[in-house]
Amino acid sequence: MAALLEVQDLRAHYGWTEVLHGVSFAVEEGGITTILGANGAGKTTTLRAVCGMVRTSGQIRFGGQRVDGRATEDLVRLRIAHAPEGRGTFTHLTVEENLKLGAYSRRDRAGLAGDLDRVYGHFPVLRERRRQLAGTLSGGEQQMLAVARALMLRPRLLLLDEPSLGLAPLVVREIFRIVRAINREEGVSVLLVEQNAAMALELAGQAYLLETGRVVVSGSAAELRRDDTVRRSYLGY
Amino acid sequence: MDIFLQQVVSGLATGGIYGALALALVMIYQATDVVNFAQGEMAMFSTYLAWTLLNAEVPYWLAFAATLAIAFIGGLLIERVVIRPVESAPVLAIVIVCIGLLVILNSMAGWIYSYIQKPFPTPFTGRPIRLGNVVFGAHDVGAIAVTLVVLVLLYVFFRYTPLGLAMRAAAQNPVSSRLCGIRVGWMLALGWGLAAAVGAVAGMMIAPKVFLDPNMMSGILIYAFASATLGGFTSPGGAVLGGLIVGVVENLVGTYVGFIGTELKLTVALAIIIVVLLVKPSGLFGHAVVRRV
Amino acid sequence: MTVATPEVAVARRAALVAAVPRPWRLAGVLLAVAAGCVLPFAVSGFRVFQFTQVGIYAIALLGLNILTGYNGQISLGHGAFYAVGAYTTAIMIDRWNVPYGWTIPVAGILCFVVGFLFGIPALRLEGLYLALATFALALAVPQILKYFEHWTGGSQGIVLSKPEVPFGLPLSQDQYLYFVTLASLLVLFVLAWNLLRGRTGRALVAIRDHPIAAEAMGINSSLYKSLTFGVSAGYTGVAGALSGLAIAFVAPDAFNVFLSITFLVGIVIGGLASISGAIYGALFTQFVPNWAQDISKAAPWAIYGVFLIVFMYVMPHGIAGALRLLWRRAVRLTGTGPRS
Repeated sequence: MAALLEVQDLRAHYGWTEVLHGVSFAVEEGGITTILGANGAGKTTTLRAVCGMVRTSGQIRFGGQRVDGRATEDLVRLRIAHAPEGRGTFTHLTVEENLKLGAYSRRDRAGLAGDLDRVYGHFPVLRERRRQLAGTLSGGEQQMLAVARALMLRPRLLLLDEPSLGLAPLVVREIFRIVRAINREEGVSVLLVEQNAAMALELAGQAYLLETGRVVVSGSAAELRRDDTVRRSYLGY
Repeated sequence: MDIFLQQVVSGLATGGIYGALALALVMIYQATDVVNFAQGEMAMFSTYLAWTLLNAEVPYWLAFAATLAIAFIGGLLIERVVIRPVESAPVLAIVIVCIGLLVILNSMAGWIYSYIQKPFPTPFTGRPIRLGNVVFGAHDVGAIAVTLVVLVLLYVFFRYTPLGLAMRAAAQNPVSSRLCGIRVGWMLALGWGLAAAVGAVAGMMIAPKVFLDPNMMSGILIYAFASATLGGFTSPGGAVLGGLIVGVVENLVGTYVGFIGTELKLTVALAIIIVVLLVKPSGLFGHAVVRRV
Repeated sequence: MTVATPEVAVARRAALVAAVPRPWRLAGVLLAVAAGCVLPFAVSGFRVFQFTQVGIYAIALLGLNILTGYNGQISLGHGAFYAVGAYTTAIMIDRWNVPYGWTIPVAGILCFVVGFLFGIPALRLEGLYLALATFALALAVPQILKYFEHWTGGSQGIVLSKPEVPFGLPLSQDQYLYFVTLASLLVLFVLAWNLLRGRTGRALVAIRDHPIAAEAMGINSSLYKSLTFGVSAGYTGVAGALSGLAIAFVAPDAFNVFLSITFLVGIVIGGLASISGAIYGALFTQFVPNWAQDISKAAPWAIYGVFLIVFMYVMPHGIAGALRLLWRRAVRLTGTGPRS
């Protein structure tokens, strides 16, 4: 299967400090890839680099074309959706307004109502709270809102930044189940950044392990799950 | 009682104008954390442009619409050309740029049009409106109507259109807005354009009452600050309501409290600011900014 | 993990300053002081007056900078303290025949107390709201001054006579006032430098940048903030007193809101959180409006406004900030100084 997203030798900087030292990975069309690692390994930076939110050098190819150096807004128009770290919800806007914003850049506005229905179908609790201010939702609900908003874009690639952060295990399971369903039913490719390695490896097909800005282990998720050394040294279980 | 009602209505008219300028201030503040000190001068300059058109025999409402359009484009260009280069500079640096703009506009107006006061026409000529024993000036009622129309249009725009939603989003959370594909820079520019247009409305409605001169809006700007403080700098609706209250209070105090001449009328505005800041800094309708540790 | 955090900037600045060997730094300051002493003999009478004004503004700007630059409390009302200082001097000389020399410290202390008292309710206000409150204060000043006619002489103000040159020194009155100002400036600047480079300075910056963390570290924010307000007002009050002497006239309309805004412009142009910035800002405030007038008689303020905007484009951190940046680049290029 061809790679939807191909990243080669990615270096990223905050100010004068380089935090990614030549990272390479790929997300296959229709696949789920996960990037694992401890705090400060550079996982969130990697996603932000793909989205054009930090200064980078290296090559990023999406659907075959070079996209490094492009502005975030343009990448969104290529249908790369990002549910950022900390959810990034518009707390003073209602749930429904948040969702509508997800679809803002789409040229084909006609299907908006249908898409809302579809998304409410995945996340029924959002339908209940559609007129509530997003800031009043619980952490888990806000995470669902972040994913739902990303889905409103009808993305080809979904970037998820630590969706499990600060959430109860049950809620995390539910979110991951929905992500799996979306991947299977709608063919949305997923790049998942996670600290919770166990759950991420159950969901993903491919896995990369980052340590202080470098990829130290890569392979299929199944391989990483099986490899005891990797699990114990890097994943802590 | 009749005098009371008349003063209230007159106060609502000027209050609507204060509220409109306050709304312009709050719109920009919400999006950029900067108080645009030049808002009053931008409104004043727009009013002079309207005067130029009217002097060239352009019919009033055509001139009005043209001025709004020019003010909108002017505000947009000012944001893109003048403010954008410093948008990531410290807040105070941007404030200095706004002060620079204030000074430039004031000076240019004085240079082009001179400092001699000019009369500015009102479209609401006509006999005063009578309701029983109470007399309402035609311009006052007209000004209230115009301000109301503008506010309703803005409200509908922001609440019910996708672009309005995108602008609100960009003001609240620029980072997430980019992730939705919103071009935040252009949203800011649109905000400045709309604010400038609202300011132009305020200028054209107050000019018939106070006569047109380059320093016309400086007092009004202070009342606008008082209105925004009263209503809350984080609440557009509050700013407008604050304006109405300030206008009415100013008129009533001027009428009923003897020793407040025009000099000390400004003191009323200042007193309002101080009292609000002492009691509830975020204003009647604003929300306190909660800082996360 | 950005590199641009304020704490890092402060540390870098300290490192850069430390990169200049002590003898050189001292020599630089002494050279500037020497130049300052020679100046009044090298230029005409009116210029001496202008440079006296520069010194006065520098003291006022340093006062405001301590509050706004170092401690982060924005004040749009320092014209009020300037007025209190000026009127204190005027009233003491005119009504009570106090020798002018005593009026300067009295003005400073009085303004310190007033500033401290103002700083207490100001504790509840932040950023925009404090700016608004001080703005309202600045607007009220001319009216208050006119209201208390009995003390202030109302709209007509108070006329003073310029101080006599003592001890038969071979100086003109303007030159004498220049040196009085220079001496005050040196004392106050050294005092500020001492205060700001030590624990107090760090506490002020900590309160500005991370107020909650500062409290958690045991810094009594409220006390520091109110004291800072007081010190800041005291400095500006001394400047006001000196200006009353130099101009020999005080009147309400000179202390309008425009003065307070000029002070704010001065510290931003000069450079926030910088002692030398006060001097750059004072030079800008005194001379640029004149240049603007030379360029265009018809619309001088338009030129001034353009100056303001261009300055902010080129040096958003003020003149002092720009110089710091240049120095940093020079240090980098020549490979001397600490590695970053």
